[in-house]
Amino acid sequence: MSTIAMPLPDEQILERKGAIVTALEAVVPPDCVISDPAETKAYECDALTAYRCPPLAAVLPRTTQEVAVVMKTCHALGVPVVPRGSGTSLAGGALPTADSVILGTARLNGVLEIDTANRFIRVQTGVTNLSVTGAVEDRGFFYAPDPSSQLACAIAGNIAMNSGGAHCLKYGVTTNNLMGVRMVMADGEIVELGGGHLDASGYDLLGVMCGSEGQLGIVTEATLRILPKPEGARPVLIGFDSPEVAGECVADIIKSGVLPVAIEYMDRLCIQATDDFSGAGYPDVDALLIVEVEGSDAEIDEQLEKVLAVARRHNPVELRQSGSAQESALIWKGRKAAFGAMGQINDYLCLDGTVPVSQLPKVLRRTGELSKIHGLECANVFHAGDGNMHPLILFDANAPGDLERAEAFGADILKLCVEVGGCLTGEHGVGIEKRDLMGEQYSTADMEAQMGVKDCFDPDWLLNPAKVFPLHISASRRAG
Amino acid sequence: MGEVFTPDTEADLAAVVADANAGPTPLQIVGGGTKLGLGRPVETAKTLNVSGLSGITLYEPGALTLVAKAGTPLAEVQATLQTEGQRLPFEPMDYRSLLRSEGAPTIGGTVAINNSGSRRIQAGACRDSLIGVRFVNGRGEVVKNGGRVMKNVTGLDLVKLMCGSYGTLGVLTELSFKVLPINEREATLVLNGLSVEDGVRALSAALGSPFEVTGAAHLPEAAGSLTALRVEGFAGQVDYRLGKLGELLGGDISVLEGVAHNQLWQRVGTVSDFDGTAPVWRISVKPGDAPQVVEVLRSTVGADVLLDWGGGLIWARVADGPDGAAQVVRQTVNRVGGHATLVRASDSVRASVPVFEPQATRLAQISADIRAKFDPSGVLNPGRMVA
Repeated sequence: MSTIAMPLPDEQILERKGAIVTALEAVVPPDCVISDPAETKAYECDALTAYRCPPLAAVLPRTTQEVAVVMKTCHALGVPVVPRGSGTSLAGGALPTADSVILGTARLNGVLEIDTANRFIRVQTGVTNLSVTGAVEDRGFFYAPDPSSQLACAIAGNIAMNSGGAHCLKYGVTTNNLMGVRMVMADGEIVELGGGHLDASGYDLLGVMCGSEGQLGIVTEATLRILPKPEGARPVLIGFDSPEVAGECVADIIKSGVLPVAIEYMDRLCIQATDDFSGAGYPDVDALLIVEVEGSDAEIDEQLEKVLAVARRHNPVELRQSGSAQESALIWKGRKAAFGAMGQINDYLCLDGTVPVSQLPKVLRRTGELSKIHGLECANVFHAGDGNMHPLILFDANAPGDLERAEAFGADILKLCVEVGGCLTGEHGVGIEKRDLMGEQYSTADMEAQMGVKDCFDPDWLLNPAKVFPLHISASRRAG
Repeated sequence: MGEVFTPDTEADLAAVVADANAGPTPLQIVGGGTKLGLGRPVETAKTLNVSGLSGITLYEPGALTLVAKAGTPLAEVQATLQTEGQRLPFEPMDYRSLLRSEGAPTIGGTVAINNSGSRRIQAGACRDSLIGVRFVNGRGEVVKNGGRVMKNVTGLDLVKLMCGSYGTLGVLTELSFKVLPINEREATLVLNGLSVEDGVRALSAALGSPFEVTGAAHLPEAAGSLTALRVEGFAGQVDYRLGKLGELLGGDISVLEGVAHNQLWQRVGTVSDFDGTAPVWRISVKPGDAPQVVEVLRSTVGADVLLDWGGGLIWARVADGPDGAAQVVRQTVNRVGGHATLVRASDSVRASVPVFEPQATRLAQISADIRAKFDPSGVLNPGRMVA
């Protein structure tokens, strides 16, 4: 079995299950409450599937008011609440405990207001990331953060994890595109932060709420910045015979003054797997970069000329410019299929550490060495422009001890990321997955400051309590 | 000012704060001292001057990252970045003209007030470029959050919380930024003679176009208003964007480059039109609500205005009065949603009316609770944000 512990459930809550479910059914329509063990099983895990535990019950409200009464009820009964968007978290952010109620946003799926003159959209947070762009693209706008799960993932989860994507280098992550929220506090009170205007008065509570992994409140509505769609975009593919040189090329492109919307990196293992899977026709190289720039045709030419000049200084073995929309799609095809392709050939653990771009060559080399030490293969595919790495550690879930070895390898890579000046997680969140590594990056005083903020929003620590902070650090605050 | 502490190291600074906490002896926190007129007046027997913590500790142009100690002069940061053709994306404003202050602003003071200028509309606020902080909390403990990489979701984001907290949650000691390249060329498209309403409509149309406007201001003038759109990029790109925006907006158009272009954005970035001592408000609303707000403020309190951020930021100089027009301004802003800050007024006015937009009860309570967690004895800039 795997290595990350969860607290034992509160027996008294388990014994009161019937009364708790009855209390919930009394405040929201009965079809909102799921308590049959055959059905709660659907909520036993998120995309970190190695860890599973069905919740006491799941509640799927349709309105902010319903969320508020559910929270008020759970608060009065002392029942922990684990918020859940679409359940695509790779970090276990939505993993329940047996004594918790899952609060799902699936039915909060309305678009409330589109205001292109003031460049925002207001939505209920159960809508998917991609549907936000879908709601505004016929008016020439889009929503910038684009996590690779964007077809499925909910805005609620994006806000909880401060999700990123491939285009962050230019457009930032969720927190840079979130203007306001309506949020239900742990005790059921409804509050508003920010709105259609910029910034807010007083402390930046919106800023601290975004990325708080469902520990400060349940966000039911969000005001999101929408941006005008660029006139066009075009990628170029650059192949190298060494990962280190590819890493150096990334830093030089950035230094040149061009700001690409994306710089993506793939190594040989990943290139081969995705090419077999997607038929993208990638070259036979040790590392490749996909660099994309935006603008009109002439603007794109001007920028790509500069990118290519930098690339040529690093003696690339392949330079492939796109001459058409089809060729552009082909260049992106393999990258977009990378995670699926790797999943076809193996079970994998997807890491998410970020390192300073200048450290990429060193980290790539060291990861290769760690791979030999742990005896597991590791494929690299990541957002190179901002140093957000996604090493995929390949293992066999059916082989006893393999998951533990993969987790140990992963922990070593994340420690390396912190050691070179980076962090444990760039866009997936801490959840349970990196929870016990927090001490690598933060001192007790650092974590105390963060937990102190949670105290002010959720004094009883009922919201997603066993996440983010190592259990021994948060023990005195958690109920039970 | 009383006794002034000027520690040279973070450890010494922490010791000063720990002593203050033990007193408790409240401290006023000062960097370059150029923005002491912002917020409510602070009266403490002792002052903590952070300017001894100075210097750029790390600069990696290839990673678009700069780390500096909090007392580093802003000008030093900007000059260092410029040598590599880079800059702080959020274009911090210079408050010295507005606040009639002298001295050199520091990077710590810039962060303490979340100081963001015209480029905020496209590149985000100071808080969006800030990727890491070190600070000393009110107990004298060193705390860090974030780091030096631009994608980081490890733990709660206290970086945002610290940015704009006016030194009331901790004394900033070191700051990390994401920086961006300076574009090869800049120019301004000016639409002449538009009303506030038509000006804001034009700014919205431009900001809704794909031509990456990086500054969008409206300057009413007796001789005829200026509605200004800044574009940036490589040489050819700027010509293309100016042409496209001209086609989109039409009307009486001129183009500014070089000195005239720089002067215009400096005028916006210093609010130098509003010299004197009359009260000045900084108001954030949806751009579309700006014309209505401007009309009310002009007719009721004789406001002169300057609009930035596509109309979303209104600078208003109002007729002097006992409350600095607080009642009228707040009522007007509350009707449409947004917030208003009294940026300039006499000490007595700033002590008697809330300088910052009062928060809803629960949010004010959370804010007070956070302050009590970070600074339990209330020794850091007491009263600067709320009485």
